[in-house]
Amino acid sequence: MMTDRTQNGTKFKALKAAFPFTLPVLIGYIVLGIAFGVILSGRGFEWWIAPLMALFIYAGSLQFVVIDLLAAAFNPLNAFVMALTVNVRHLFYGISMLGKFRDMGKEKPYMVLTLTDETYSLLCSVIPPEGVDRNWFYLSISALNQCYWVLGCTLGAIGGSFLNYDTSGFDFVMTALFIVILVEQWEQTRFHLPVLLGISVSLLSLLLFGSQNFILPAMAGILAAMALFRGRIESGFQS
Amino acid sequence: MTRAQILMTLGVLSLATALTRVLPFLLFPGSKKPPEFVQYLGKVLPFPVIGMLVVYCFRNVSFSSYPFGIPELAGLLYVVLVHRWKHNLLLSIVGGAAFYVLLSRVL
Repeated sequence: MMTDRTQNGTKFKALKAAFPFTLPVLIGYIVLGIAFGVILSGRGFEWWIAPLMALFIYAGSLQFVVIDLLAAAFNPLNAFVMALTVNVRHLFYGISMLGKFRDMGKEKPYMVLTLTDETYSLLCSVIPPEGVDRNWFYLSISALNQCYWVLGCTLGAIGGSFLNYDTSGFDFVMTALFIVILVEQWEQTRFHLPVLLGISVSLLSLLLFGSQNFILPAMAGILAAMALFRGRIESGFQS
Repeated sequence: MTRAQILMTLGVLSLATALTRVLPFLLFPGSKKPPEFVQYLGKVLPFPVIGMLVVYCFRNVSFSSYPFGIPELAGLLYVVLVHRWKHNLLLSIVGGAAFYVLLSRVL
C-alpha cells in the first residue's frame, strides 16, 4: 500500500516535471494533428482511421503522405517501401538513444516505438530535474507527446468538417522547436563542427537531389563526415 | 480499398515505421556493448541530426519565386535572435510561429 503510493508519487512528480518541456509539442501536435484529421476525413475516410494511425504509425510526415496512397488501389508493397523511405531518418535517432535507453526496463519498447522527430529532439536536449526519476521523466515526455498527437488527429477527424480551419504556416511551431534546440546545443558547447557539418551536408544534398530524395544521401553524407572528422570531433568535444 | 484492405495497409505502414525505429536496438542490443564507432555516433549524431531536421523543415521553400523564402528566413532569424536573447520557449516557439504565419499571409 505504502510502496504503491510512493511509486505513484514518483510517477506523478515525473509527469509534472516533464509537462512544461512538452508544451511546444502540445501546440504543434494538436494543430498539425487537427490538420491531418481534417484532410483525412475530407477525403471521405471514416473517423476512427485517424486515431488508429496516430496510435500505431505515429509518424506525422508519413501520415500526411499516405493519405493519397490510402485513396488509391491496394498495394501493400508500395506502402511498405514508402514508409521505409519517409522514415529512414529514425535509424539515426535509435543510434543516438542506444545509451540513454540502455538501463530502461519494461518502458523501453514504448520509448523505442515512439521516437518521433519531436520526441527525439526533446529527449536529446532535456535533462531530468534534480530528484525526479529519470526513466519516468523520459517516459512522460514520450507518452505526453503521443497523447497530444492522438488527441489532435481524432479531434480533426471528428470535428474537422465543422470548423473552417486554415492551418497553413502553423507547422512552423515544429520548425521553431528544432531551431530552439539547435540554438541551445550551440550554447552548450564551443565546438560547432558536428552541427555545421550536419547543416552543410544536408543543404548540399538538398541542392543536389531535391526535396523529395535528399534525406538518404544526407544521412550517408553525415555518416561519412562524422567518420572523416572523427579525430578532430573527439578531441574537440574533450576540450 | 475495402475496409479490410485499409486495415492491412495501416498494418504494413505501422510495421515498416516500427522497423525504422527498432532496427538500431535489434542490431545493438543492450546486453552487449556496441562497436566503438557506433558508440561514437551515438554521442555525436544529435548535433548534425538537429541541423538536418532544420534543413528538412525548409526543404520545400522556393527561393526563386515570390516571396523568395523571406517569411521562412525571417522566421528563422526571429527564433534564433529571440531565443538567444530571452531563452523563453513560448516566446521563441509560439512567438516565432505567430510571426511566421503573419508574414507568410501578409506577403
